[in-house]
Amino acid sequence: MYRSRLFGVLAVLVVLLSLGAVVGAQDDMVEIEYWQYNFGARVDAMNMLIEQFEAENPGIKVVHNSDIPYADFRTELAASAPAGVGPDVVTLFYGWIPAFVDAGYLVPLPEDSFSEAFILETFSPMVANSKFEDSYWAIPTAVRSLALFWNKDIFEAAGLDPEVPPRTLDELVEMAIATTQYDGDMQDILSITQMGHAPALAAQDHHWFREVLIRQYGGAPYSDDGRTVTYNSEEGCAAFSWLAAFETEHVTGSNDILDGATNAFVNGESAIHVDGSFRVGTIARNNPDLNYGVTELPVGPNGERHTFGSYWTHGITRRANDDPARLEAAVKFLQFITTPAAGTLWVNNVGELPAQAEAAADEMILADPILGAFSAGLAYSHATFFVDESAQRQVLIDAFDNIRMGGMDPCDALDEAAAAEQELIDNFWADRE
Amino acid sequence: MKLTLAKKKVVWAYIFLAIPIVFFAYIRVYPALFAFQMSLHDYNPLAAEQPYVGFENYEKVFEELGKRKSQTKSAFQNTINYVLLGVPIQLCLALAIALMLNEIRFMSTIYRIMFFLPFVTSTIAIAWVFRMLYQPRFGLFNVILQLVSLPQQPFLRSTQQALPSVLALVIWQGMGFAIIIFLAGLKQIPRTYYEAAEVDGASRWHTFRYITLPLLNPSIVYLLVLQTISFLRMFAPVIAMTEQGRGGPLDATVTVVLQTYREAFQSFNMGYASSLTVVLFALILGVTIIQLSVTSRRIN
Repeated sequence: MYRSRLFGVLAVLVVLLSLGAVVGAQDDMVEIEYWQYNFGARVDAMNMLIEQFEAENPGIKVVHNSDIPYADFRTELAASAPAGVGPDVVTLFYGWIPAFVDAGYLVPLPEDSFSEAFILETFSPMVANSKFEDSYWAIPTAVRSLALFWNKDIFEAAGLDPEVPPRTLDELVEMAIATTQYDGDMQDILSITQMGHAPALAAQDHHWFREVLIRQYGGAPYSDDGRTVTYNSEEGCAAFSWLAAFETEHVTGSNDILDGATNAFVNGESAIHVDGSFRVGTIARNNPDLNYGVTELPVGPNGERHTFGSYWTHGITRRANDDPARLEAAVKFLQFITTPAAGTLWVNNVGELPAQAEAAADEMILADPILGAFSAGLAYSHATFFVDESAQRQVLIDAFDNIRMGGMDPCDALDEAAAAEQELIDNFWADRE
Repeated sequence: MKLTLAKKKVVWAYIFLAIPIVFFAYIRVYPALFAFQMSLHDYNPLAAEQPYVGFENYEKVFEELGKRKSQTKSAFQNTINYVLLGVPIQLCLALAIALMLNEIRFMSTIYRIMFFLPFVTSTIAIAWVFRMLYQPRFGLFNVILQLVSLPQQPFLRSTQQALPSVLALVIWQGMGFAIIIFLAGLKQIPRTYYEAAEVDGASRWHTFRYITLPLLNPSIVYLLVLQTISFLRMFAPVIAMTEQGRGGPLDATVTVVLQTYREAFQSFNMGYASSLTVVLFALILGVTIIQLSVTSRRIN
């Protein structure tokens, strides 16, 4: 009897002491969690920024979770939220923001630290595109744009000047035809051994079509408020037909052969490719000897330049908002990782351009033979307002598959896509109103 | 109350059994029941609140099924195609192979292992190997076609061929299991029946038709139910074999479970996804009851 009471007292003491230790630790140290998906160069760059941030802010500890692969990232976030765990600051693709805002997962950036005037003045114009329902919900360290990659060795072997990439859409077609090689029927995709240009809607070409080609044909992809699909126009159809013709008419390539359009270019089996600055790192890692150049996207029939801009962007979660100390730390962290200095560190380690216009227009970057083309594009880039990026992308992938596999007319395929995408957009807004 | 030694043993057995039962209830039964509950809510895992919407999600399922074309409709159509094509082909092939394996004596163990091996290999690994075999130009199947001067086939890259291409892998992989069950069933049939048939001068076909097949009925029923359920639940081969795991091209291979996954974890419509699983559950339950009542009638 006496012994068991002694044990009881001891147990209570142990519990009290350990609680005290936890509370004591929280008093002088705020711990916040930061999550991004696993992409080697970005993880390293963020670790450097966190180290600098913690040195400047000794009271804050940032736990960096970067173990989740891209394919599982959204799933893990969805699994963590009901469990009451997860990030205080999270990096999301900008096209996902509306869905996360819709769920109440993100809170607006505090007006006093990230005012609209400050964002408009200092960040790349595409960042302003993602204002949603009168608030900014996320802010990036870096931005990317699309440019044209060409393989100089293939150009030379085909008798083209290796230093002169296509400057217009017409030249792109000519050069793609000139650089394609077959080992049989020239009308059969499966007999291609070297691709001139392969349209790949699942990669970046749905962006190229949406924000670049349509505009160059004189049309517009969406209404100004982004709520109405307008790409199923005469201009849109002309642009889509132009893109589809690489596979259906000119037979210069397909995303279905040679391990896909992107890998084919990286492996030196494709002459011309449209991609983002992030591909530079892939090439450096997988095929450092590839002799290639990067130039601005070619102009279209109306002579205008356009490109698609996109970014991974950092937001503050509902979880951080629940605790004033963590919220304060999260805001401080967000400010630290979006400075021009952070952008410069990022471009040097990741290859993505600084989101702050001042740092992106740095002379070193503009003069860089690879980064220069992407940097020049920032001035005329557009970021699509997506309500569900993957579903909207799928709509155009399906439209393209309908043409090349089902033999559908490009205009009809685009009409079907527009109807499907309009439904996605309408459903999103119907739920919010 | 004093327990006898025997009773004590029983009590302890129940206590030990309780551990896996509690575990099973927590990780299988509870989530299944939770799915029913989720299907009645506009359940977004990222949101703080999950509003109750009654049967709205189910209405949406049937609305999608009624459309001329929708992902949900494709998912159900494909799943039914997988079952209607997959189960009969797999069972017929498995039975034929089992009958042959039952005859041979020389190296019979090696043969049995070879047929059973795919079943114990990881589906994802096999799916990726098949994905390579189906490649245009360099894939083994197209190389063979080329060697015998036949035209190249797109396989997974065609809306017509993609579903049979995926199905071929699933049939092949699951066949080992069916063969083992059939072999066990064949061993149960007393040899005396065959000897009697031989004395009566029955042909091989008659022996098979009137002795083997009826006496294999329990194995057939068992496999029919089990394989139908497994085809209805198909997921891994499709996600591994199609571009970005989307069940393409043009939803040609998507299944109900894959569609559920996409809705739940890519579009965060967990309520709608749950209602899809409940509909699938009802479908499986219905099919199983019908199969059991039709095929398990006693055969003399």
